[in-house]
Amino acid sequence: MYPYIPNTKDDEKKMLEAIGIESVDELFKDIPESVRLNRELNLNPSMSELEVSRYLTKLSQQNRTVNEMTCFLGAGAYDHYIPSVVGHVISKSEFYTSYTPYQAEMSQGTLQYIFEYQTLICDLTGMDVSNASLYDGGTAIAEAAFMAANITRRNQIIISKTVNPQYRQVLKTYAHLQHLEIVEIEDDGGVTNLEELKKQISDKTAAVIVQNPNFFGIIEDVKSIEEVTHSVKKTLLIASMNPISLGILKKPSTLGVDIVVGEGQPLGISLQFGGPYLGFIATKKEFMRKLPGRIVGQTVDVEGNTGYVLTLQAREQHIRREKATSNICSNQGINTLAAVVYLVSLGKKGLREVAIQSAQKAHYAFKQITKSGKYKPLFDKPFFMEFAVTSDISPSVISKKLLEEDILGGYSLEEDYPQYKNGILYAVTEKRTREEIDKLSSVLEGII
Amino acid sequence: MRKYDKLIFQLSREGRKAYALPKLDVEEVKIDELIPAEYISDEELKLPEVSEVDIIRHYTNLANKNYGVDTGFYPLGSCTMKYNPKINEDMVQLDGFKNIHPLQPEETVQGALRLMYELDKALCEISGMDKMTLQPAAGAHGELTGLALIKAYHENRGDTKRTKIIVPDSAHGTNPASAKMAGFDVIEIKSTDEGLVDIESLKAALSDEIAGLMLTNPNTLGLFEREIVEIAELVHEAGGLLYYDGANANAILGKVRPGDMGFDVVHFNLHKTFSTPHGGGGPGSGPVGVKKILMDFLPTPTVEKDGDRYYLNYDVPHTVGRMKDFYGHFSMMIRAYTYILMMGKDGLNRVSDVAVLNANYLASRLKDYYNLPEDTIYKHEFVMAGLKSDLSEVTTLDVAKRLLDYGYHPPTIYFPLIVHEALMTEPTESESKETLDEFADVLIKIAEEAKNNPELLKEAPHYTSVRRLDETRAARDPILKYEG
Repeated sequence: MYPYIPNTKDDEKKMLEAIGIESVDELFKDIPESVRLNRELNLNPSMSELEVSRYLTKLSQQNRTVNEMTCFLGAGAYDHYIPSVVGHVISKSEFYTSYTPYQAEMSQGTLQYIFEYQTLICDLTGMDVSNASLYDGGTAIAEAAFMAANITRRNQIIISKTVNPQYRQVLKTYAHLQHLEIVEIEDDGGVTNLEELKKQISDKTAAVIVQNPNFFGIIEDVKSIEEVTHSVKKTLLIASMNPISLGILKKPSTLGVDIVVGEGQPLGISLQFGGPYLGFIATKKEFMRKLPGRIVGQTVDVEGNTGYVLTLQAREQHIRREKATSNICSNQGINTLAAVVYLVSLGKKGLREVAIQSAQKAHYAFKQITKSGKYKPLFDKPFFMEFAVTSDISPSVISKKLLEEDILGGYSLEEDYPQYKNGILYAVTEKRTREEIDKLSSVLEGII
Repeated sequence: MRKYDKLIFQLSREGRKAYALPKLDVEEVKIDELIPAEYISDEELKLPEVSEVDIIRHYTNLANKNYGVDTGFYPLGSCTMKYNPKINEDMVQLDGFKNIHPLQPEETVQGALRLMYELDKALCEISGMDKMTLQPAAGAHGELTGLALIKAYHENRGDTKRTKIIVPDSAHGTNPASAKMAGFDVIEIKSTDEGLVDIESLKAALSDEIAGLMLTNPNTLGLFEREIVEIAELVHEAGGLLYYDGANANAILGKVRPGDMGFDVVHFNLHKTFSTPHGGGGPGSGPVGVKKILMDFLPTPTVEKDGDRYYLNYDVPHTVGRMKDFYGHFSMMIRAYTYILMMGKDGLNRVSDVAVLNANYLASRLKDYYNLPEDTIYKHEFVMAGLKSDLSEVTTLDVAKRLLDYGYHPPTIYFPLIVHEALMTEPTESESKETLDEFADVLIKIAEEAKNNPELLKEAPHYTSVRRLDETRAARDPILKYEG
């Protein structure tokens, strides 16, 4: 017997009788003999909870966590504070053991929190419509690019090299499948090179993609990029945003962005070695029917009570098959709930406070680290909560020395940006203390 | 239970809060000295102001309006709504798994990499493949990844004519959608009357323009494609590759492996076969396994081992690139690997025994009341073509909505498309004989109600938190956010 399989041998006997066969093996006789396995799988035999838990705990202890070390690493995943209430709500098994809410009358809980999620994303971004989420920040960019190509009937995408290198890799992988042309714009001192953008953009361009704050943590001049983008008729502006930054920065809608995407991990989702996270996408009403993925809408029941359903499904794969706007068939479900609970826990004041504290502490760290001149700012542009410095010391040496002092250092830039040799990108969230930042700068100062 | 119909925004009161941060402990600089004023928003966000009590009560009330596997029987066909073991959740919460940054130096995440490596090996053994990528985020994403691999394989051979993918008409909607998204044209082939791949249609569709065939086996009707050996030979002879959609793998664990059936690339849904929760729609996880011929095209990074050291390998000669950020849905991998360790080789084999037994037993209980083919052996699921009695006014939708009144999640309805009034039913191994009997009794009672009191079904559900919802209205005048 196994803990998750209730039927006994006696049940089995009765069931076989009812079916009118002798053994379970008869139920598999339609599998051709020539392809049957006819041996045991080469895996361990079943184990008890205690044994499994002991083994996996041992594996987990071979990792060093951001609770054991002080984390100054960001580059797309951030160590923000997560209020306790988030974990408690997402652990409710009525939520996490349910399926996609196809049977609306029995899924009002899921449908309503997705509706709340869509409302919150629209509030943060200022856009008209949000879907129920996508896999992550990178695939959200790829989906937005396909969406723009579909809307404009053009096949060139321009993307700034100040966008997260992983997002650009995902975009290139997806783009190759549909023969979209990807043009990358070099950076100019850490921001998108506007002159090069002007040169490259044409009536072949479906969309321009930027990130704000960009991969280097710098706040881009989105308004100027928007002016260049929209100087060409129909070309769309896609911006990937850090949602925490929207606690203080201008809403992308007011900057003329057409499709807003981003990585929602900072909104109450733990680091968990890179996933699952949360991709968000929001756009203007005119592009609503071109959005990929699930969307929830409000309606009424036969008695006039308010309720929620999956809607605009004529865009989706289970109805439209090969004519769908995307193949995506899930959303990030329970992670969207985490984002909702995070955002409503903080509220308008809290999100602003997280953004401001992160910015204040990042600027303090920047000042401390660059004070002596041993580490020089790589760029001189305004940043939010991440900044890059450079020095004569190799990033691997710095990383090693910091680890010895239980500090998880920044992200080495030179692999993705060979021109920024010895460049390191540090992230500072509201979680860091002055003491931790001072320790970082003093350890850095002592590295030879 | 008290009726509860508020949105979180309606609970907001100026000045309430559910958080507290430590006081800023560095010198405060005026914000416009940090960030130029022209970048700073002058609009206030609308995020609600609520207390922690408000939040917990609100979402507990919403949870009460939901239904999960922990609530009761959830026989959604092709979704494999099996029980999600609690130890899985505990393992995910371990500090050493939950709180590690994806870009940490490899030497600080050896345990995580080892788990991924071991899961890769276990899934290879279960599928009969040579190497996995754990990157895909979901089943559909696995399909896109697999199709990208097939595309790269043909392109690398200079075989650029192969622009078409064959998909049976019984396939999941994601199959044609993924093929299209991967830049292929889709050729749909008809099934036989029984619901299997029609060999003649397949032969007619094959040519030097075919990149591959996507197949679910057992298929969406719960039938094993008995001609799989011939199907594989035909596709391979024509120069195409075979893609295995692992949505229905719960039927075949330890019995037969996609790799041995002739498939070149396969995806598993960890959220179906390997017990990770469906989460109300996600996140899922859709690892893809390949035979040797496709290994050089896998997305990067792959997870490898060198002596005692585990590492991320970015050096894959003809890689398709990167399918998603970082390495995939790591926490789903932890859950799936926990499950594989718990069940072991014997337990996984037993999973398929009981999943298949349960499906056949439930079908045998219902065959006098709902349309089912005679003398058929099902695998893990079966598809009923609506009520047996000819009641034109009562539809499958009505039966499903009436099931809600009895506290069951209905089967998948109106899919596969090739079955009229389909009720696609997958009990999984998690259910006892008593549960199956109670469910069968209810479906039989509903069949009687359909005869004697059809209005009861037409107006169902009666006892849920809302009654039947107007989907047409929702799509005609979309309200997609709260306007306050």
